[in-house]
Amino acid sequence: MTKTSERKAWMGLLARAPAGELNRLWSEAGLAPDYAHLRPPEVGGVMVRGRAGNTGAPFNLGEMTVTRCAVRLADGTVGHGYVQGRGKTHATQAALIDALMQGGEAETLRAAVLSPLQEAEDARRTTRAARAAATKVDFFTMMRGED
Amino acid sequence: MYVAVKGGERAIDNAHAWLAEERRGDAAVAELDVAQIREQLSLAVNRVMAEGSLYDPDLAALAIKQARGDLIEAIFLIRAYRTTLPRFGASHPVGTSEMRCDRRISATFKDAPGGQVLGPTFDYTHRLLDFKLAAEGEVADAPEAPPQPGPTPHIMGYLNREGLIEDEVPNDATPPDLTREPMELPADRALRLQALTRGDEGFILSLAYSTQRGYARNHAFVGELRIGGVGVEMDIPELGFAIELGEITLTECETVNQFKGSKTEPPQFTRGYGLVFGQTERKAIAMALVDRALRWKELGEEDQGAPAQDEEFVLMHADNIQATGFLEHIKLPHYVDFQSELELVRKLRREAEGSARREAAE
Repeated sequence: MTKTSERKAWMGLLARAPAGELNRLWSEAGLAPDYAHLRPPEVGGVMVRGRAGNTGAPFNLGEMTVTRCAVRLADGTVGHGYVQGRGKTHATQAALIDALMQGGEAETLRAAVLSPLQEAEDARRTTRAARAAATKVDFFTMMRGED
Repeated sequence: MYVAVKGGERAIDNAHAWLAEERRGDAAVAELDVAQIREQLSLAVNRVMAEGSLYDPDLAALAIKQARGDLIEAIFLIRAYRTTLPRFGASHPVGTSEMRCDRRISATFKDAPGGQVLGPTFDYTHRLLDFKLAAEGEVADAPEAPPQPGPTPHIMGYLNREGLIEDEVPNDATPPDLTREPMELPADRALRLQALTRGDEGFILSLAYSTQRGYARNHAFVGELRIGGVGVEMDIPELGFAIELGEITLTECETVNQFKGSKTEPPQFTRGYGLVFGQTERKAIAMALVDRALRWKELGEEDQGAPAQDEEFVLMHADNIQATGFLEHIKLPHYVDFQSELELVRKLRREAEGSARREAAE
């Protein structure tokens, strides 16, 4: 994976993570970096778009709440957090992790926070997919009454 | 003479205090918390998100609690909150082909690749009240089966291979936004779809039903209905690339409709499209039918004068917050307006009586 695609992956994971789960893993990781807010956490809306017929012209479907935040660590590294919902702590933690993932703490954080989040998300998705699969219809042909 | 009056503050304060008490109901009954509403009344939450036009299940649940379960009042609260949010930007169009489907059915192809996946549906229930729910009880885990690998393909893609269905021509034009500019008619399809997806479920349902009963019949089949989670991606200027901001649940309905062909197009199937926040299947199907009915002009069909074909009628009356705002304002004080009406009626009566007396004297 390139640097950008790796960063996209962790930022997306942090955005989708349940705030409580992230908070617990972040606290357990025990990192308390010095930082300053470049942009204090701010709640806003993003207009979600769809496409007519899934492939045609775009249209505005409605907004979703998003909280964003930017931090700068003592060494100057900048981190951004854009997360679903209205969680200011969630956005700050996402920004801090984004910053730390660009430095020497990356492996620690991957093991302590990102991997457990990814595993939990995979498990949630697999459970839903398994429940859906159990509701798949098996058709069978009834005996025809012709003979 | 115009006499300005003030008053009612005490009555209003007391009315609101009583409202709060009535909202709480019998204090001997446990209070609902917002998480309970979000988890256990999730279809009400979905409707409030769709028509409130803001995807945030916690806020929608709070609004339902505050509105005492009056969903239109809850939608009103969400719309009011929405206007206070700064807009960070617009997402890339969501890719429903990548949807993690909880449900995916087709009424047109029994053996569609990916199969008929029913999901958590009310279909095929007997609609008998379940008195077990009146008592507390544990729910058994739902059965599981090995998940299907990869995304589920869209069924329309198969019809399109044979050229039997009209193409949805992709483009990347910036769509109009009725939350930013007042709606202007005639509307393009993008604006219509935005108005329909946030429109009142009851209104859209009734219009769709009217097309089925023959008012602009367009004989729709549900080519595909899917419900599930999709990621929402947006370009972040300070990063220079797009990231996923979260995942939302959507319901998508694609209808396949008859089309006799026109001067430029051979006979083929045409499309109606519904896409709605949350698990909102009735609304998504209805939206697709009304979308198709409104497309009569671009498909060169006849104007049958049906309500569902009348863009102005549909778009100007679909929004339940506009509708309820105008409807309910007539209960607020109109004392002065009415005073002038009263004067007018009295005057007309005096004139009518006067002329009657004159006629009798002649």
